[in-house]
Amino acid sequence: MKFTLSWLKDHLETDASLDEILDKLNMIGLEVEEVVNPAEKLGAFKIAKVLDAQPHPNADRLRVLKVDTGEGEPMQVVCGAPNARTGLVGVLAKPGDYVPGLDVTLSVGKIRDVESYGMMASERELELSDEHDGIIDLPEDAPVGMPYVEYAGLNDPVIEIGLTPNRPDCAGVYGIARDLAAAGLGKLKAHKKPEFVTSGACPVNLTLELGDNPEHCPAFGLRLVKGVKNGPSPKWLQKRLTDVGLRPINTLVDITNYFTMGHGRPLHVFDADKVAGDLVVTHYDGDGEEYKGLDDKTYMLESGMVVISDDNGVESLGGILGGEASGCTDETVNVLIESALWDPLMIARTGRKLGVNSDARYRFERGVDPAYMAPGLDAATQMVIDLCGGEATDAVIAGEVPQVETIIDFPYSEVKRLSGLEVSHAEIKGILTLLGFHVSGMGDVVKVSPPSWRPDVFGKADLVEEVVRIVGLDKVPTDTLPRTSPVSQKVLTESQIRRSNARRTLAARGMDEAVTWSFISKAQAELFGGGAPELALANPISSDMSDMRPSLLPGLLLAAQRNADRGYPDVALFEVGQVFADDSEKGQKMVIAGVRRGSATMGGAGRHWSGNSASVNVFDAKADAEAALSAIGAPTDKLMVFTDAPDYYHPGRSGALKLGPKNTLALFGEIHPRALEKLDIDGPLVAFEVYIDAAPEAKKKATRSKGALQIADLMPVSRDFAFLVDASVPVEKMLKAAKGADKALITDVNLFDIYEGVGVPEGQRSLAIDVTLQPTKKTLTDEEIEAVSAKIVAAVSKATGGVLRG
Amino acid sequence: MSDLETLESEISAAIAGAESEAALEEVRVAALGKKGSISEKMKTLGKMSPEERQEMGPKLNGLKTRIGDALAERKEVLKEAALEARLKSETIDVTQPLRPAAIESGRIHPVSQVTDELIAIFADMGFSVAEGPDVETDELNFTALNFPEGHPAREMHDTFFFNEKEDGERKLLRTHTSPVQIRTMRSQQPPLRIIIPGRTYRCDSDQTHTPMFHQLEGLVIDKTSHIGHLKGTLEEFLKAFFEVDNVELRFRPSFFPFTEPSMEVDVKCDRSGNEVKIGTGNDWMEILGCGMVHPNVLRNCGLDPDEYQGFAWGMGIDRLAMLKYGMPDLRAFFDADVRWLKHYGFRPLDMPSLLAGLSK
Repeated sequence: MKFTLSWLKDHLETDASLDEILDKLNMIGLEVEEVVNPAEKLGAFKIAKVLDAQPHPNADRLRVLKVDTGEGEPMQVVCGAPNARTGLVGVLAKPGDYVPGLDVTLSVGKIRDVESYGMMASERELELSDEHDGIIDLPEDAPVGMPYVEYAGLNDPVIEIGLTPNRPDCAGVYGIARDLAAAGLGKLKAHKKPEFVTSGACPVNLTLELGDNPEHCPAFGLRLVKGVKNGPSPKWLQKRLTDVGLRPINTLVDITNYFTMGHGRPLHVFDADKVAGDLVVTHYDGDGEEYKGLDDKTYMLESGMVVISDDNGVESLGGILGGEASGCTDETVNVLIESALWDPLMIARTGRKLGVNSDARYRFERGVDPAYMAPGLDAATQMVIDLCGGEATDAVIAGEVPQVETIIDFPYSEVKRLSGLEVSHAEIKGILTLLGFHVSGMGDVVKVSPPSWRPDVFGKADLVEEVVRIVGLDKVPTDTLPRTSPVSQKVLTESQIRRSNARRTLAARGMDEAVTWSFISKAQAELFGGGAPELALANPISSDMSDMRPSLLPGLLLAAQRNADRGYPDVALFEVGQVFADDSEKGQKMVIAGVRRGSATMGGAGRHWSGNSASVNVFDAKADAEAALSAIGAPTDKLMVFTDAPDYYHPGRSGALKLGPKNTLALFGEIHPRALEKLDIDGPLVAFEVYIDAAPEAKKKATRSKGALQIADLMPVSRDFAFLVDASVPVEKMLKAAKGADKALITDVNLFDIYEGVGVPEGQRSLAIDVTLQPTKKTLTDEEIEAVSAKIVAAVSKATGGVLRG
Repeated sequence: MSDLETLESEISAAIAGAESEAALEEVRVAALGKKGSISEKMKTLGKMSPEERQEMGPKLNGLKTRIGDALAERKEVLKEAALEARLKSETIDVTQPLRPAAIESGRIHPVSQVTDELIAIFADMGFSVAEGPDVETDELNFTALNFPEGHPAREMHDTFFFNEKEDGERKLLRTHTSPVQIRTMRSQQPPLRIIIPGRTYRCDSDQTHTPMFHQLEGLVIDKTSHIGHLKGTLEEFLKAFFEVDNVELRFRPSFFPFTEPSMEVDVKCDRSGNEVKIGTGNDWMEILGCGMVHPNVLRNCGLDPDEYQGFAWGMGIDRLAMLKYGMPDLRAFFDADVRWLKHYGFRPLDMPSLLAGLSK
């Protein structure tokens, strides 16, 4: 919402300075977004008179002027304007002055060998209008030497406030003045009473035919003014409109815009001679037709839209946009003025459908003061008669203006309860009254009804806000929230703790935490098991961001590639974030995922004197997954490795870590070459995903004690074994068998060599382990060690078919 | 020169000439070994007359002792020289650089770090952390929060919608973390103090807006908390977060459907340089929105607004990070450029806490 200081002062009698006004606007909730004073950039230009204009000796179209600046000797100025002549009073720009329309700072110049000490400016050069046919031509009595902004009344700051949707009452300058007056910044000037007399009834009738939805247009006022003389509106009115960014059209249309901006009262004017028969407000029931608006654009009407029609058809989209066919032009002599009430929801719906953002829609969908409908019509009629002459008829008023029925039982104590601010009963009552509220009753609880222009006020809290914003939020004493417990308590949930631990663990493993978009392209979603219709956005911002991600990997893999494309091929990235299986609350899961690319292993990437880093492989991903699982407190000793990872992983180089066949805690592996191809990226790339909340929560222990430490005094014994095992047997099976051979004695089994090749039969592997035996009671004899060794060989053989290598 | 004197000078010369511990050992054996020259002389003592023995005994023993000492001394010198030589041969160039350690290179994203900072502050003030889903219902994102159907306030939110389902339900991506207020108030009894960090979405994109961003919402519900407490809470929070002794705040009345009265908060700062400095200067910058929880919202959660009251606020985590740590462009937060992550990220063990100061 834009207005100028002088417009505000039409309604507010105040001595306050601009800064005081701006401060107060902010303090009462009318946030100042921008203040522009056109005078600032034009302050240097002064009125000057051409004493003499002679032809330029070297150019036919140029003239050499002697200009009186009001001080000192006349100046010589070379000028090319066709209207430059002796006696002209215009606006002079001197060397050193910045000319905004040309974006140059003037200096003394020589034009065709004649020196020029300045420039007589056109309106375009001062960015006042597009006028550039000649230089500014002021009346002869314009005082030479006076700053032009002062003379032209340009010293008038334009203030823009960010109007919140609850304050339609301030969508007009008058309402802003009313709010400022209530806040003690001056006195609201009364509306001028219309003085026109009417002659007879309005010849055009208007009816409301809205069937089951009379609320779409509760009331409608219409009046004919005959014999007007339309044309360009007076300068002052044009300036009002251009100052706030509107284009002057003609007097009648400008008057409607003046009321929209000045009083928050949108109006419409029909050229009565283009209206055929009576007008009717009704729901459009055709099957679509083109409607040409006053904005020169064409819209397609839809069945059910509220329109104003006559015998010719649709003439206006009520409350949103008037029609071109019956619009007022310079030739209009008989005008029908409309002042109506429209249903905010209906206006919002239609406006949205048609994509019209008119000043009328803006106000009607927020709520226009119903009580000002008829007075607004009268005030506009007066202005039409004042500016265009003519003779007014009586008004036709159809429907009924709704009355405000809200009455709030308001205990004065609410102000203190909700705000902490002490305000006396008298002051509260005074503020509400100044704002137009009606306060009745005595004692601690009063009845308050809001004024017709405040559709946002329903209850006690709204009244507290009114009081507090006028008294000033800065007056509310700051208070401290009392502590709830002497020592801060644990505030994180198990899942939050897990995420935090995993995040810091992975970063400590050399990975960088990324945050990638929650939405990805449909193709990417489908590649990773997603793409369900219920997770596709109806209005995505782009096709790259259309579907909720089923996995963190597409985002991370593409991020790794982006880094590679920028010259950083060895990156290790992880993310802790949500993935979506369906649109339910449970369908959203927290996942930790990471990718390593190139040679970004935990030991470091790239070449180094101590040994070059190998390409990342599946075990790097497995290590990350296990580290993350350990960090979140998953029972890592109970995990089983399965080889059924989803198909975006390499089928032979991936795994799933599970607690039982159904509870997958983590996935890891190389990315499937086909998936890489479809994402248009290249590796080496390995990845892992950990399902944070799939791990069972550790049982609550009764005590934090770790129990006594048991240490054996006896030396452990180590024995090596090498087995020939079928290559298809997972080593895990062999290790488990060895470890289980004697649970009392064997404390550790370590696989230290895997060998295939010369000396080992085709299709087999040699697996070498060392087994640690820890005696607890007495030192082991050779016989006892032999016996355990035999048990190990037997157990491995039974589990894997492997034989001890000779 | 007597025989003994000659022998002593010969052995002494041999000791001094031994260049290694092995050569020295040879000298020792030749002199003091079973058949060594001095040992042989000692053996002759037995055959001597008592007078002769009286004379030769001390002489020979003296010689033996002196040679023994000379051997030991020389051995020490040779051992020291050998160690010197070994150490010299073992010298390596310790300026050779290490590989960067994993723990030195990994980084925590600023959004996570700042969220941890916020949690550390509010945990101390008795707030616990609540969360909710990103895919929300219209009811929880709007209706329960007192956004009337068709109200222009809904349009201000630039909502991402999912396609309408057969039963007419149309889910959406939450436009703010406020639905979690409703979820919490409907499932827990007051008094409540929670903060709600999380991802939020609006279809908007430019240098300061991304379609996804992070918000932190705060909610206090009890029977006494008012605007004064809200002011105090936010002031203490901002001082702690920006790690400054003082902040000056300006509360301006504003409008949010779910609070009444509603306010926007400006913080005094210095915007003269490239970066914003909080706690100094003469500029105002809007930093968050807040207000007293709207009676309709309380009612929608089954709470009597005449009995319960409280306040809520919301702010951008990404924006707080930008203000504190000086990132110029929000979009870079979500690009995962390692150069950006290394520069703006945080070391893995720098967990924010109030004990050691929030940040280094």
